[in-house]
Parts: sequence; structure tokens; C-alpha cells
Amino acid sequence: MVADILTALLVVAVIGVVAGILLAVASHFFKVEENETVKKVREALPGANCGACGYAGCDSYAEAVANGKAEPNLCIPGSTSVAQQLSEILGVAVETEEPKVAFVTCNGNCDATSNKAIYDGLDGCNSSKMLYGGPATCVFGCIGCGDCAEACPVDAICVYGTLAHVDPRICIGCGKCAKTCAKGIIKMIPKSAKTVVMCSNSEKGAVARKNCKNACIGCKKCQLNCPEKAITVENNFAIIDQDKCNGCGLCVENCPTKCIKTVDFANGRIG
Amino acid sequence: MDTFKGLVVILMSSVLVNNYVLSRFLGICPFLGVSKKLNQAVGMGISVIFVMLMATAVTWPIQMYVLNTLGLGYAQNIVFILVIAALVQFIEIVLKKFIPSLHKSLGVYLPLITTNCAVLGVTINNILDGYNFLESMVSSLGCGLGFLLAMVLFSGVRSLIDERLVPKAFKGLPVTLIAASFVSLAFFGFAGIVDNLFA
Repeated sequence: MVADILTALLVVAVIGVVAGILLAVASHFFKVEENETVKKVREALPGANCGACGYAGCDSYAEAVANGKAEPNLCIPGSTSVAQQLSEILGVAVETEEPKVAFVTCNGNCDATSNKAIYDGLDGCNSSKMLYGGPATCVFGCIGCGDCAEACPVDAICVYGTLAHVDPRICIGCGKCAKTCAKGIIKMIPKSAKTVVMCSNSEKGAVARKNCKNACIGCKKCQLNCPEKAITVENNFAIIDQDKCNGCGLCVENCPTKCIKTVDFANGRIG
Repeated sequence: MDTFKGLVVILMSSVLVNNYVLSRFLGICPFLGVSKKLNQAVGMGISVIFVMLMATAVTWPIQMYVLNTLGLGYAQNIVFILVIAALVQFIEIVLKKFIPSLHKSLGVYLPLITTNCAVLGVTINNILDGYNFLESMVSSLGCGLGFLLAMVLFSGVRSLIDERLVPKAFKGLPVTLIAASFVSLAFFGFAGIVDNLFA
């Protein structure tokens, strides 16, 4: 009885040891010389495989960087720190890009705007957009079907009611939602931005106001009040130059429809 | 001629009648996991054929000449798991060295197959059915082909599901499982054809 158990143990152990030795020998003899730089670059990358750099994943980007085919500052989720690490590995100086976050430039929530029709077709912003520009009264605003939320690799986007929200603390700035957005209203803006316009409506003031209470009506009050001349009103809605904006908040106070909001992306505060 | 007929019967029965995924319900995990796209399904299927053949070629002699002679036939499960895991690792190392292109295309799937129950099932069933070495190899090839067939068919079914409006409660896995049960039911239509193949 004991002998039987011992034989079984022994056989399994021997097979295990033989397999282990074989594998060890094989991994030694059949070792593939991997490029050291590729390995180091790959380790420095965040590994989100988001594709924001324009390559299929972190592996192929690492290979391209190591072979000098790509700039080391293309990794958006890794932002400055990764770019610096990569340039150290490669031994080259690099210009770093400012980290960006995705931002939905629409505030047409259920209180502010209404639907001109009830859409009951295929899911998705693109298909509902094809029917008279979507069910909402404002054809510029967010439809809220959540195409962006599905595209987001890190689940930073939530849809409340008819409006998508990006959580800037989770957002890695890959820009996939901005590319997916059927209305093109998700903008990539610098993470340090202090003031934003939450509207994309370029209709004339009265029309815009009728379609949505929170719309920018192009009144130019913000443009006139801005001490830094950072705001310009074009096509009936305000555009803020984030390089000039100092976050004084005068525009926010003066905006009649409250479509300009103070933001603090680092702490996740919007409005 | 009779041996040839026997081999054809084994092949046909393992591809169609006793399809590992759709009739014996082994290897469901890659069947549901990797069947979203046709090219991935084909890649996984071919990798499984390859590993099944290699695994049978290794485990059959171990069973016959090591385990049976020592009276350890009952230990086949644990020994086979060990051997198959080591074998897959070994294949991966060798492929990486000598056929990097194949390694790249199989690369993702090989580690998945290490713990695939269909591979273990084939090797154990070959022993249980009392096949000789050649029959075992043909049976493994058939099971692998059956797996590939199921993967390819199901990836087609899934691409059709994706285009449909599925009720919210059934979205994702539930509707996939229902579709899998239909495909499986369809395969039960093959039951019995093999017995009369050469009648």
C-alpha cells in the first residue's frame, strides 16, 4: 500500500522534474536575443494598449520607439513621466506634450433641453444622428447613446440622462472618445484648463436659447469682460484660449446662460 | 482496407458526432471567449489541432509504457496535465526560436491552450476508448478539426448576433449561450450517421 503511494509519487515527481529540466534546457538553448531597448521601453510604458500613440498596442509602439521609427512622446496615458523615461532609455532629449483630458462640450441635460422626437431605432449615436440629427431639439448637442463610453478603454465616461460625462481623474487622454463622437463635441483640452465653454451650438442666440436653456447664445459678454482677452466669440459661441486664461472667473459670473464653467480637472471638479 | 475504414469512422465521428465542443461540452471557455472574430477563431482552432496532435503523441506512450507498466493508470489525469502544460511551454519556446512568424500568430493562443480541457479530454478519451497509437492520432486530428469547425461556425453566428437588436436582459453572454445551444442542437443531427457510413 505504502509502496504503491510511493511509486505514484515518485513517477509524478520524476516526470515533473524531467519536464522542468527539459524546459530549463530549452529556454537556455533556444533563447531568442530580444532587443534590450525594446524590453526596457516596453516596461516603461503603461501597458494600457489604448492605441492613442497610433500603434496597435504598447508592444508595437515599444518596437517602433526602440528602432527610432517613432517619437518617444506619443504615449498619452503615460504623459510626461513616461516620455521622460523613454528619452532617458534612448538617450535623447524630448519635447513633452501637455497632458490632455477629454471634455464633453455640451450641457444639454434633461432640465435644459427636450426631445423633438422619441428615437426607437438601432442603438448608437451614429445611427440616431442620421434621423434629423438625433432626437434632441439641439442638433449640436450630446445624444447620450454612449458610443464614447463604449470606446473608452478605461471606463471614464458615464451617460446620465441624455448627456455623457467624462471623469477627468480616470481619463487617460487617449482621444478615442473624441474620434468616436458622432457630433464631434468631445474635445481634447489641456488638463490644466481652468475655464471651459460647455456648449457647441453655433446657431444664432435666440434659436440656440430656445433649443436649450444652457446654450451659448454668442452674446459676447465674456469676450468684453475678459481681462486677458482670452475669449473670442466665433460662429455664435465662445472659444477660450487656454494659454491666455488665468482662471479669474469673470466670464463665469457674467455668462447669462451659465454655459461657461470653472473647472479643476486634477481634482475632478466641473462646474 | 478495414483499418482505413476504421480510421475514417474515427475521424468522422470525432469531427461531427462527438464534436468536443458541441456534443461533449469540453473547451467551452475558448469557444465562447475567442469566437468573436473569424480570424481569431481560426487561429485558435489551428493552434488547438497542433497542440492536440503533439499532446497525444506524447501522452499515449507515457500511458502505455510508463503508467500501465507500473500500474498507475489511475494517475493519468494529473500526469497528463503536467505533461501537456510542459509540452505547450516547450512548443512555445521552440516556435519563438525557429518560426517567429508562426509564434507571433499563435502566440496569444498557446498559453490559453495550456489549461484547455478539450486537449486533456482528447488524450484521456483516446486511452479510455482503447485506441492504438495511429487511431489516437487520427482521433486527435478529428477532435481538433471538430473544434476548428465549431469555432468557425460559431464566429459566423456571433457576427450575426452582434448586428441584431437583442433585448437588454439577454445582451452579451446570455444570448451567446442561447446561440451556442442552437448550434449544439444542430450538431445532434449528425448522431447515427457514422454507424452507417460504410453500410
